[in-house]
Amino acid sequence: MSDTQQPNPQNPTRREFLSTTGTTAAATLIAAYVPLPANASEETGTTGTSQPVIDGAVPITLRINGKDRQLRIDPRTTLLDCIRESIVLTGTKKGCDHGQCGACTVHVNGRRVVSCLSLALMHDGEEVTTIEGLGTPESLHPMQAAFLECDGYQCGYCTSGQIMSAVALLKEPCGPDDASVKELMSGNICRCGAYANIVEAIQQVRKRA
Amino acid sequence: MHSFEFTKPENTASAINAAAQAKTAQQGADIRFVAGGTTLIDLMKLEVEIPARLLDINRLPFDKIEAMPDGGLKIGATVRNSDLANHPRVQRDYSVLSQAILAGASAQLRNMATTAGNLLQRTRCMYFRDTAMPCNKREPGTGCPAITGSNRTLAVLGTSEHCIATNPSDMCVAMAALEATIHVQGPKGERTIAFGDFHLLPGSTPDRETVLEPGDLVTHVTLPAPRSGSRQVYLKLRDRASYEFALASAAVVMNLAGGTISYVRIALGGLGTKPWRSPEAEAALTGKPANTANFRQAAEAALRNANPQSENKFKIELAKRCLTHALRTAANG
Repeated sequence: MSDTQQPNPQNPTRREFLSTTGTTAAATLIAAYVPLPANASEETGTTGTSQPVIDGAVPITLRINGKDRQLRIDPRTTLLDCIRESIVLTGTKKGCDHGQCGACTVHVNGRRVVSCLSLALMHDGEEVTTIEGLGTPESLHPMQAAFLECDGYQCGYCTSGQIMSAVALLKEPCGPDDASVKELMSGNICRCGAYANIVEAIQQVRKRA
Repeated sequence: MHSFEFTKPENTASAINAAAQAKTAQQGADIRFVAGGTTLIDLMKLEVEIPARLLDINRLPFDKIEAMPDGGLKIGATVRNSDLANHPRVQRDYSVLSQAILAGASAQLRNMATTAGNLLQRTRCMYFRDTAMPCNKREPGTGCPAITGSNRTLAVLGTSEHCIATNPSDMCVAMAALEATIHVQGPKGERTIAFGDFHLLPGSTPDRETVLEPGDLVTHVTLPAPRSGSRQVYLKLRDRASYEFALASAAVVMNLAGGTISYVRIALGGLGTKPWRSPEAEAALTGKPANTANFRQAAEAALRNANPQSENKFKIELAKRCLTHALRTAANG
Protein backbone atom coordinates (compact mmCIF):
# COMPACT_ATOMS: atom_id res chain seq x y z
CA MET A 1 0.00 0.00 0.00
CA SER A 2 1.08 3.52 -0.69
CA ASP A 3 0.98 4.49 2.95
CA THR A 4 3.97 2.24 3.63
CA GLN A 5 6.05 3.48 0.71
CA GLN A 6 8.85 5.98 0.75
CA PRO A 7 9.30 8.36 -2.18
CA ASN A 8 12.27 6.45 -3.51
CA PRO A 9 12.25 2.86 -2.28
CA GLN A 10 14.39 1.50 -5.10
CA ASN A 11 16.78 -0.46 -2.95
CA PRO A 12 15.91 -0.11 0.70
CA THR A 13 18.17 -1.58 3.31
CA ARG A 14 16.65 -3.86 5.91
CA ARG A 15 16.89 -1.06 8.46
CA GLU A 16 15.18 1.45 6.18
CA PHE A 17 12.48 -1.06 5.35
CA LEU A 18 11.81 -1.90 8.98
CA SER A 19 11.88 1.71 10.04
CA THR A 20 9.44 2.70 7.25
CA THR A 21 6.92 -0.01 7.97
CA GLY A 22 7.43 0.46 11.66
CA THR A 23 6.49 4.11 11.64
CA THR A 24 3.10 3.38 10.14
CA ALA A 25 2.13 -0.11 11.14
CA ALA A 26 3.52 -0.52 14.58
CA ALA A 27 5.09 2.71 15.68
CA THR A 28 3.88 2.48 19.22
CA LEU A 29 4.93 -1.12 19.62
CA ILE A 30 8.41 -0.59 18.25
CA ALA A 31 8.95 2.61 20.17
CA ALA A 32 8.35 0.68 23.35
CA TYR A 33 11.36 -1.50 22.67
CA VAL A 34 13.72 0.36 20.36
CA PRO A 35 14.56 4.02 20.85
CA LEU A 36 14.05 5.44 17.39
CA PRO A 37 16.56 7.88 15.98
CA ALA A 38 14.32 10.70 17.20
CA ASN A 39 15.13 9.70 20.76
CA ALA A 40 18.81 10.19 20.27
CA SER A 41 20.04 12.24 17.39
CA GLU A 42 23.52 13.21 16.45
CA GLU A 43 24.65 16.79 16.85
CA THR A 44 26.02 17.92 13.57
CA GLY A 45 27.12 21.29 14.85
CA THR A 46 26.82 22.68 11.34
CA THR A 47 23.15 23.09 10.57
CA GLY A 48 20.04 23.52 12.63
CA THR A 49 17.84 21.67 10.22
CA SER A 50 15.60 18.81 11.25
CA GLN A 51 17.08 18.53 14.72
CA PRO A 52 14.31 16.88 16.69
CA VAL A 53 13.75 18.37 20.11
CA ILE A 54 14.28 15.71 22.75
CA ASP A 55 12.86 16.33 26.19
CA GLY A 56 15.55 15.90 28.81
CA ALA A 57 18.30 15.04 26.34
CA VAL A 58 21.80 15.47 27.63
CA PRO A 59 25.10 15.90 25.81
CA ILE A 60 27.65 13.11 25.68
CA THR A 61 30.94 12.48 23.92
CA LEU A 62 31.93 8.94 23.06
CA ARG A 63 35.14 8.01 21.33
CA ILE A 64 33.95 5.23 19.07
CA ASN A 65 36.50 3.33 17.02
CA GLY A 66 38.95 6.18 17.38
CA LYS A 67 36.55 8.95 16.40
CA ASP A 68 34.91 11.39 18.81
CA ARG A 69 31.14 11.50 18.50
CA GLN A 70 29.18 14.25 20.18
CA LEU A 71 25.55 13.42 20.77
CA ARG A 72 22.49 14.48 22.68
CA ILE A 73 20.71 11.46 24.09
CA ASP A 74 17.84 10.51 26.32
CA PRO A 75 19.40 9.40 29.64
CA ARG A 76 17.66 6.04 29.26
CA THR A 77 19.65 5.18 26.14
CA THR A 78 21.79 2.12 26.69
CA LEU A 79 25.27 2.00 25.24
CA LEU A 80 23.94 -0.64 22.83
CA ASP A 81 21.07 1.51 21.57
CA CYS A 82 23.36 4.50 21.33
CA ILE A 83 25.80 2.57 19.13
CA ARG A 84 23.12 1.05 16.93
CA GLU A 85 20.46 3.75 16.73
CA SER A 86 22.31 7.04 17.31
CA ILE A 87 25.67 6.36 15.74
CA VAL A 88 24.19 3.77 13.36
CA LEU A 89 26.94 1.21 13.70
CA THR A 90 24.80 -1.87 13.38
CA GLY A 91 27.46 -4.56 13.57
CA THR A 92 26.82 -4.77 17.31
CA LYS A 93 23.71 -6.90 17.78
CA LYS A 94 20.82 -6.80 20.22
CA GLY A 95 19.97 -10.31 21.35
CA CYS A 96 18.33 -10.67 24.74
CA ASP A 97 18.85 -7.05 25.87
CA HIS A 98 19.29 -8.38 29.45
CA GLY A 99 22.95 -9.38 29.64
CA GLN A 100 22.31 -13.05 29.07
CA CYS A 101 23.51 -13.69 25.50
CA GLY A 102 26.63 -11.61 24.77
CA ALA A 103 25.57 -10.55 21.25
CA CYS A 104 26.05 -6.89 22.20
CA THR A 105 29.63 -7.31 23.45
CA VAL A 106 31.88 -4.29 22.78
CA HIS A 107 35.10 -3.04 24.33
CA VAL A 108 35.06 -0.07 26.70
CA ASN A 109 38.54 1.25 27.44
CA GLY A 110 39.87 -2.02 26.03
CA ARG A 111 37.75 -4.38 28.15
CA ARG A 112 34.79 -6.40 26.97
CA VAL A 113 31.36 -5.53 28.36
CA VAL A 114 27.76 -6.21 27.40
CA SER A 115 26.57 -2.89 26.04
CA CYS A 116 22.89 -3.62 26.79
CA LEU A 117 23.32 -3.35 30.59
CA SER A 118 25.10 -0.04 30.59
CA LEU A 119 23.76 3.44 30.03
CA ALA A 120 25.58 5.40 27.36
CA LEU A 121 25.86 8.29 29.83
CA MET A 122 27.97 6.11 32.11
CA HIS A 123 30.62 6.09 29.38
CA ASP A 124 30.89 9.80 28.65
CA GLY A 125 34.45 10.46 27.49
CA GLU A 126 35.35 6.78 27.30
CA GLU A 127 36.75 4.81 24.42
CA VAL A 128 34.45 2.29 22.79
CA THR A 129 35.47 -0.26 20.18
CA THR A 130 32.87 -2.11 18.13
CA ILE A 131 33.26 -4.81 15.50
CA GLU A 132 33.53 -2.04 12.89
CA GLY A 133 36.67 -0.80 14.64
CA LEU A 134 38.51 -4.12 14.58
CA GLY A 135 39.24 -4.57 10.92
CA THR A 136 37.95 -3.82 7.45
CA PRO A 137 36.76 -6.18 4.70
CA GLU A 138 40.09 -5.56 2.99
CA SER A 139 42.16 -5.94 6.12
CA LEU A 140 40.54 -8.28 8.61
CA HIS A 141 41.58 -8.53 12.24
CA PRO A 142 43.31 -11.92 12.71
CA MET A 143 40.36 -13.08 14.82
CA GLN A 144 37.90 -12.17 12.06
CA ALA A 145 40.05 -14.05 9.56
CA ALA A 146 40.22 -17.07 11.88
CA PHE A 147 36.42 -17.15 12.30
CA LEU A 148 36.14 -17.18 8.50
CA GLU A 149 38.77 -19.85 8.10
CA CYS A 150 37.39 -22.09 10.86
CA ASP A 151 33.74 -21.52 9.96
CA GLY A 152 33.04 -20.13 13.43
CA TYR A 153 29.40 -19.25 12.74
CA GLN A 154 26.28 -20.21 10.88
CA CYS A 155 23.60 -17.49 10.94
CA GLY A 156 26.10 -14.85 12.05
CA TYR A 157 23.90 -13.02 14.52
CA CYS A 158 26.09 -13.72 17.55
CA THR A 159 29.33 -13.45 15.57
CA SER A 160 30.30 -9.86 16.20
CA GLY A 161 29.81 -10.40 19.94
CA GLN A 162 31.78 -13.65 19.78
CA ILE A 163 34.64 -11.95 17.96
CA MET A 164 34.70 -8.96 20.33
CA SER A 165 34.81 -11.36 23.27
CA ALA A 166 37.48 -13.49 21.64
CA VAL A 167 39.71 -10.50 20.92
CA ALA A 168 39.41 -9.32 24.54
CA LEU A 169 40.15 -12.83 25.79
CA LEU A 170 43.59 -12.66 24.15
CA LYS A 171 44.62 -10.11 26.80
CA GLU A 172 42.97 -11.84 29.78
CA PRO A 173 44.34 -14.54 32.10
CA CYS A 174 43.31 -17.75 30.31
CA GLY A 175 44.74 -21.26 30.47
CA PRO A 176 46.11 -22.79 27.27
CA ASP A 177 43.50 -25.55 26.94
CA ASP A 178 40.16 -25.57 25.14
CA ALA A 179 38.28 -25.86 28.45
CA SER A 180 39.71 -22.54 29.62
CA VAL A 181 38.63 -20.86 26.38
CA LYS A 182 35.15 -22.33 26.66
CA GLU A 183 34.82 -21.09 30.24
CA LEU A 184 35.86 -17.54 29.30
CA MET A 185 33.58 -17.57 26.23
CA SER A 186 30.53 -18.83 28.15
CA GLY A 187 28.95 -15.38 28.14
CA ASN A 188 28.43 -15.57 24.37
CA ILE A 189 25.57 -17.82 23.36
CA CYS A 190 25.42 -19.29 19.83
CA ARG A 191 22.06 -20.83 19.04
CA CYS A 192 23.41 -22.40 15.86
CA GLY A 193 25.90 -24.26 18.02
CA ALA A 194 29.11 -23.24 16.27
CA TYR A 195 31.01 -23.52 19.54
CA ALA A 196 33.57 -26.10 18.44
CA ASN A 197 34.64 -23.99 15.48
CA ILE A 198 34.66 -20.81 17.56
CA VAL A 199 37.06 -22.43 20.04
CA GLU A 200 39.19 -23.63 17.12
CA ALA A 201 39.34 -20.09 15.68
CA ILE A 202 40.38 -18.61 19.02
CA GLN A 203 43.02 -21.27 19.64
CA GLN A 204 44.39 -20.72 16.14
CA VAL A 205 44.89 -17.02 16.81
CA ARG A 206 46.42 -17.71 20.24
CA LYS A 207 48.89 -20.20 18.80
CA ARG A 208 49.95 -17.84 16.04
CA ALA A 209 50.40 -14.90 18.42
CA MET B 1 12.12 2.08 30.96
CA HIS B 2 10.77 5.03 32.95
CA SER B 3 12.61 8.31 32.67
CA PHE B 4 14.99 9.44 35.39
CA GLU B 5 17.47 12.17 36.21
CA PHE B 6 21.09 11.13 35.80
CA THR B 7 23.94 12.82 37.65
CA LYS B 8 27.56 12.06 38.52
CA PRO B 9 28.28 13.35 42.02
CA GLU B 10 31.65 15.11 42.27
CA ASN B 11 32.50 13.66 45.66
CA THR B 12 31.34 11.27 48.34
CA ALA B 13 29.60 13.92 50.42
CA SER B 14 27.45 15.14 47.56
CA ALA B 15 26.57 11.55 46.61
CA ILE B 16 25.45 10.82 50.16
CA ASN B 17 23.55 14.10 50.50
CA ALA B 18 21.70 13.46 47.25
CA ALA B 19 20.85 9.87 48.14
CA ALA B 20 19.74 10.86 51.64
CA GLN B 21 16.67 12.46 50.05
CA ALA B 22 15.37 8.99 49.12
CA LYS B 23 12.33 7.57 50.86
CA THR B 24 14.01 4.17 51.17
CA ALA B 25 17.26 2.46 50.21
CA GLN B 26 15.40 -0.83 49.75
CA GLN B 27 13.05 -2.19 47.05
CA GLY B 28 11.31 0.68 45.28
CA ALA B 29 14.01 3.23 46.12
CA ASP B 30 13.39 6.49 44.28
CA ILE B 31 17.12 7.29 44.24
CA ARG B 32 19.74 4.69 43.35
CA PHE B 33 23.50 4.63 43.12
CA VAL B 34 24.74 2.98 39.92
CA ALA B 35 28.25 1.69 39.19
CA GLY B 36 28.33 -1.43 36.97
CA GLY B 37 24.63 -1.40 36.19
CA THR B 38 24.42 -5.15 35.58
CA THR B 39 21.62 -5.66 38.09
CA LEU B 40 20.01 -2.24 38.20
CA ILE B 41 19.71 -1.48 34.47
CA ASP B 42 18.33 -4.98 33.93
CA LEU B 43 15.65 -4.44 36.60
CA MET B 44 14.87 -0.94 35.30
CA LYS B 45 14.17 -2.42 31.85
CA LEU B 46 11.79 -4.86 33.54
CA GLU B 47 10.28 -1.97 35.54
CA VAL B 48 10.97 -3.87 38.74
CA GLU B 49 13.07 -0.86 39.72
CA ILE B 50 11.75 2.61 38.82
CA PRO B 51 14.16 5.15 40.33
CA ALA B 52 13.52 8.82 39.62
CA ARG B 53 17.21 9.63 40.07
CA LEU B 54 20.40 7.73 39.32
CA LEU B 55 23.68 8.74 40.93
CA ASP B 56 26.66 7.42 38.97
CA ILE B 57 29.40 6.78 41.56
CA ASN B 58 32.08 5.62 39.14
CA ARG B 59 34.16 8.75 39.55
CA LEU B 60 34.31 8.44 43.35
CA PRO B 61 37.64 7.18 44.73
CA PHE B 62 36.59 3.63 45.58
CA ASP B 63 38.22 1.70 42.75
CA LYS B 64 41.33 0.40 44.53
CA ILE B 65 42.48 -2.75 46.28
CA GLU B 66 44.91 -1.88 49.06
CA ALA B 67 46.90 -3.79 51.66
CA MET B 68 46.06 -2.84 55.24
CA PRO B 69 48.56 -2.41 58.09
CA ASP B 70 47.07 -5.41 59.94
CA GLY B 71 47.77 -7.67 56.99
CA GLY B 72 44.19 -7.59 55.72
CA LEU B 73 42.89 -6.28 52.42
CA LYS B 74 40.74 -3.27 51.62
CA ILE B 75 38.54 -3.64 48.53
CA GLY B 76 36.92 -0.52 47.11
CA ALA B 77 33.20 -0.46 46.36
CA THR B 78 33.67 0.08 42.62
CA VAL B 79 36.46 -2.44 42.08
CA ARG B 80 35.29 -4.59 39.20
CA ASN B 81 34.70 -8.26 39.96
CA SER B 82 37.28 -9.32 37.34
CA ASP B 83 39.97 -7.10 38.87
CA LEU B 84 39.19 -8.47 42.32
CA ALA B 85 39.23 -12.11 41.21
CA ASN B 86 42.50 -11.72 39.32
CA HIS B 87 44.31 -9.62 41.95
CA PRO B 88 47.53 -11.36 43.05
CA ARG B 89 46.83 -10.86 46.77
CA VAL B 90 43.32 -12.27 46.41
CA GLN B 91 44.54 -15.24 44.42
CA ARG B 92 47.28 -15.95 46.96
CA ASP B 93 45.59 -15.22 50.31
CA TYR B 94 41.84 -15.31 49.66
CA SER B 95 41.55 -17.80 46.85
CA VAL B 96 38.02 -18.81 47.86
CA LEU B 97 36.95 -15.28 46.88
CA SER B 98 38.71 -15.49 43.53
CA GLN B 99 37.20 -18.91 42.84
CA ALA B 100 33.71 -17.73 43.79
CA ILE B 101 33.78 -14.63 41.61
CA LEU B 102 35.16 -16.52 38.62
CA ALA B 103 32.37 -19.10 39.05
CA GLY B 104 29.76 -16.37 38.61
CA ALA B 105 28.32 -14.61 35.57
CA SER B 106 30.44 -14.15 32.43
CA ALA B 107 33.73 -12.43 31.66
CA GLN B 108 31.85 -9.42 30.29
CA LEU B 109 29.64 -9.07 33.37
CA ARG B 110 32.60 -9.50 35.72
CA ASN B 111 34.31 -6.60 33.91
CA MET B 112 31.29 -4.43 34.77
CA ALA B 113 29.95 -5.66 38.12
CA THR B 114 31.43 -4.11 41.25
CA THR B 115 32.12 -5.15 44.83
CA ALA B 116 29.27 -3.12 46.32
CA GLY B 117 26.93 -3.94 43.48
CA ASN B 118 27.51 -7.64 44.02
CA LEU B 119 26.73 -7.18 47.74
CA LEU B 120 23.38 -5.76 46.61
CA GLN B 121 22.71 -8.25 43.81
CA ARG B 122 19.00 -9.02 43.57
CA THR B 123 17.28 -12.39 43.44
CA ARG B 124 16.60 -14.19 40.16
CA CYS B 125 13.18 -15.38 41.40
CA MET B 126 11.04 -15.22 38.27
CA TYR B 127 8.05 -13.85 40.17
CA PHE B 128 10.12 -10.96 41.49
CA ARG B 129 11.30 -10.17 37.95
CA ASP B 130 7.82 -10.32 36.37
CA THR B 131 5.66 -7.31 37.20
CA ALA B 132 2.55 -9.17 36.00
CA MET B 133 2.87 -11.46 39.02
CA PRO B 134 2.30 -10.80 42.71
CA CYS B 135 5.48 -10.64 44.81
CA ASN B 136 5.90 -9.65 48.45
CA LYS B 137 9.46 -8.52 47.79
CA ARG B 138 8.51 -6.24 44.90
CA GLU B 139 5.07 -5.18 46.15
CA PRO B 140 4.64 -5.94 49.85
CA GLY B 141 1.37 -7.61 50.73
CA THR B 142 0.58 -9.02 47.28
CA GLY B 143 1.58 -12.58 48.15
CA CYS B 144 4.22 -15.12 47.13
CA PRO B 145 3.16 -17.24 44.16
CA ALA B 146 6.54 -19.04 44.24
CA ILE B 147 5.55 -21.00 47.34
CA THR B 148 2.84 -22.83 45.42
CA GLY B 149 4.38 -22.26 42.01
CA SER B 150 7.67 -22.69 40.19
CA ASN B 151 10.25 -22.93 42.96
CA ARG B 152 12.87 -25.41 41.76
CA THR B 153 15.74 -22.92 42.06
CA LEU B 154 14.48 -21.10 45.13
CA ALA B 155 15.66 -21.13 48.72
CA VAL B 156 15.46 -23.86 51.34
CA LEU B 157 17.22 -21.95 54.13
CA GLY B 158 16.03 -18.75 55.81
CA THR B 159 12.66 -18.76 54.05
CA SER B 160 9.43 -17.36 55.44
CA GLU B 161 5.78 -17.74 54.52
CA HIS B 162 6.17 -14.41 52.70
CA CYS B 163 9.26 -15.06 50.56
CA ILE B 164 11.52 -17.90 49.42
CA ALA B 165 13.71 -15.92 47.00
CA THR B 166 17.32 -17.11 46.74
CA ASN B 167 20.23 -14.73 47.14
CA PRO B 168 22.12 -15.36 43.87
CA SER B 169 25.60 -14.04 44.72
CA ASP B 170 28.73 -16.18 44.64
CA MET B 171 31.04 -13.41 45.86
CA CYS B 172 28.98 -12.94 49.01
CA VAL B 173 29.28 -16.62 49.94
CA ALA B 174 33.06 -16.39 49.92
CA MET B 175 33.01 -13.10 51.82
CA ALA B 176 30.76 -14.67 54.47
CA ALA B 177 33.27 -17.50 54.94
CA LEU B 178 36.15 -14.99 55.04
CA GLU B 179 34.32 -12.93 57.70
CA ALA B 180 34.53 -9.73 55.69
CA THR B 181 33.48 -6.35 57.09
CA ILE B 182 31.38 -3.89 55.12
CA HIS B 183 32.19 -0.19 55.44
CA VAL B 184 29.42 2.34 54.93
CA GLN B 185 29.32 6.13 54.88
CA GLY B 186 25.95 7.74 55.46
CA PRO B 187 24.32 10.98 56.56
CA LYS B 188 25.28 10.18 60.16
CA GLY B 189 28.89 9.33 59.40
CA GLU B 190 30.86 6.14 58.91
CA ARG B 191 30.10 2.71 60.30
CA THR B 192 31.17 -0.88 59.86
CA ILE B 193 28.87 -3.87 59.48
CA ALA B 194 29.90 -7.48 60.04
CA PHE B 195 29.19 -9.46 56.89
CA GLY B 196 26.60 -11.65 58.56
CA ASP B 197 24.66 -8.61 59.78
CA PHE B 198 24.44 -6.88 56.40
CA HIS B 199 21.75 -8.97 54.67
CA LEU B 200 18.36 -9.48 56.31
CA LEU B 201 16.16 -12.54 56.38
CA PRO B 202 12.88 -11.95 54.55
CA GLY B 203 10.58 -12.55 57.52
CA SER B 204 7.45 -10.48 56.99
CA THR B 205 9.36 -7.70 55.16
CA PRO B 206 11.09 -9.32 52.17
CA ASP B 207 11.29 -5.90 50.49
CA ARG B 208 14.00 -5.07 53.04
CA GLU B 209 17.12 -6.97 52.02
CA THR B 210 19.91 -5.13 53.84
CA VAL B 211 20.42 -2.80 56.79
CA LEU B 212 21.16 0.14 54.45
CA GLU B 213 19.23 3.37 55.00
CA PRO B 214 18.75 6.32 52.59
CA GLY B 215 22.08 7.98 51.88
CA ASP B 216 24.14 4.99 52.98
CA LEU B 217 26.97 4.41 50.53
CA VAL B 218 29.05 1.24 50.73
CA THR B 219 32.61 2.56 50.32
CA HIS B 220 34.65 -0.61 50.72
CA VAL B 221 34.89 -4.11 52.13
CA THR B 222 37.76 -5.30 54.29
CA LEU B 223 39.05 -8.83 54.70
CA PRO B 224 40.89 -9.85 57.89
CA ALA B 225 44.54 -10.86 57.67
CA PRO B 226 44.77 -14.30 56.05
CA ARG B 227 45.38 -17.32 58.27
CA SER B 228 48.59 -18.97 57.20
CA GLY B 229 48.17 -22.45 55.79
CA SER B 230 44.44 -22.08 55.26
CA ARG B 231 42.89 -24.29 52.60
CA GLN B 232 40.19 -22.58 50.60
CA VAL B 233 37.61 -24.07 48.27
CA TYR B 234 34.54 -22.76 46.46
CA LEU B 235 32.42 -25.45 44.85
CA LYS B 236 29.42 -24.47 42.75
CA LEU B 237 26.82 -26.89 41.35
CA ARG B 238 24.42 -25.71 38.65
CA ASP B 239 22.31 -26.76 35.70
CA ARG B 240 25.05 -26.04 33.16
CA ALA B 241 28.82 -25.94 33.52
CA SER B 242 29.25 -22.17 33.23
CA TYR B 243 27.35 -18.88 33.20
CA GLU B 244 24.56 -20.08 35.50
CA PHE B 245 23.40 -19.38 39.02
CA ALA B 246 24.08 -21.94 41.73
CA LEU B 247 21.63 -24.64 42.72
CA ALA B 248 24.00 -25.22 45.62
CA SER B 249 27.45 -23.90 46.40
CA ALA B 250 29.85 -24.08 49.31
CA ALA B 251 32.73 -21.88 50.45
CA VAL B 252 35.19 -23.50 52.84
CA VAL B 253 38.15 -21.95 54.67
CA MET B 254 39.94 -24.62 56.73
CA ASN B 255 43.10 -25.04 58.78
CA LEU B 256 44.39 -28.46 59.77
CA ALA B 257 46.71 -29.33 62.63
CA GLY B 258 47.85 -32.84 61.95
CA GLY B 259 44.67 -34.55 60.84
CA THR B 260 42.48 -32.37 63.06
CA ILE B 261 40.42 -29.39 61.95
CA SER B 262 41.72 -26.47 64.00
CA TYR B 263 39.72 -23.78 62.21
CA VAL B 264 36.92 -23.84 59.71
CA ARG B 265 34.50 -21.33 58.21
CA ILE B 266 31.65 -22.50 56.02
CA ALA B 267 29.10 -20.64 53.92
CA LEU B 268 26.54 -21.88 51.41
CA GLY B 269 25.16 -20.27 48.24
CA GLY B 270 22.13 -20.84 46.05
CA LEU B 271 20.26 -22.22 49.04
CA GLY B 272 19.47 -19.34 51.36
CA THR B 273 17.49 -16.15 51.26
CA LYS B 274 20.78 -14.50 52.20
CA PRO B 275 24.43 -15.61 51.86
CA TRP B 276 24.33 -18.52 54.29
CA ARG B 277 27.06 -18.86 56.91
CA SER B 278 26.70 -22.15 58.79
CA PRO B 279 27.92 -21.96 62.40
CA GLU B 280 26.27 -25.37 62.92
CA ALA B 281 28.56 -27.02 60.38
CA GLU B 282 31.59 -25.15 61.74
CA ALA B 283 30.82 -26.29 65.32
CA ALA B 284 30.36 -29.86 64.12
CA LEU B 285 33.89 -29.88 62.67
CA THR B 286 36.08 -27.75 64.88
CA GLY B 287 38.48 -29.95 66.82
CA LYS B 288 37.38 -33.07 64.94
CA PRO B 289 39.39 -35.33 62.64
CA ALA B 290 39.16 -34.38 58.98
CA ASN B 291 37.37 -37.37 57.53
CA THR B 292 34.39 -37.99 55.28
CA ALA B 293 32.11 -39.16 58.08
CA ASN B 294 32.63 -35.90 59.95
CA PHE B 295 32.22 -33.86 56.77
CA ARG B 296 28.90 -35.56 56.09
CA GLN B 297 27.81 -34.95 59.67
CA ALA B 298 28.64 -31.26 59.30
CA ALA B 299 26.61 -31.13 56.08
CA GLU B 300 23.67 -32.73 57.88
CA ALA B 301 23.97 -30.04 60.56
CA ALA B 302 24.10 -27.26 57.97
CA LEU B 303 20.86 -28.40 56.33
CA ARG B 304 19.01 -29.54 59.46
CA ASN B 305 16.61 -26.60 59.39
CA ALA B 306 16.09 -26.64 55.64
CA ASN B 307 12.52 -26.10 54.54
CA PRO B 308 11.89 -27.40 51.00
CA GLN B 309 9.07 -26.45 48.65
CA SER B 310 7.24 -28.57 46.07
CA GLU B 311 10.04 -28.57 43.46
CA ASN B 312 13.29 -28.00 45.35
CA LYS B 313 13.60 -30.80 47.87
CA PHE B 314 16.47 -32.18 45.77
CA LYS B 315 18.56 -29.16 46.73
CA ILE B 316 18.90 -30.40 50.29
CA GLU B 317 20.73 -33.59 49.36
CA LEU B 318 22.59 -31.71 46.61
CA ALA B 319 23.76 -29.16 49.19
CA LYS B 320 24.93 -31.85 51.59
CA ARG B 321 26.96 -33.56 48.90
CA CYS B 322 28.27 -30.20 47.68
CA LEU B 323 29.51 -29.25 51.16
CA THR B 324 30.90 -32.73 51.88
CA HIS B 325 32.84 -32.67 48.61
CA ALA B 326 34.10 -29.13 49.21
CA LEU B 327 35.31 -30.07 52.71
CA ARG B 328 37.04 -33.18 51.38
CA THR B 329 38.69 -31.18 48.61
CA ALA B 330 39.90 -28.59 51.13
CA ALA B 331 41.27 -31.26 53.46
CA ASN B 332 43.06 -33.06 50.64
CA GLY B 333 44.29 -29.87 48.97
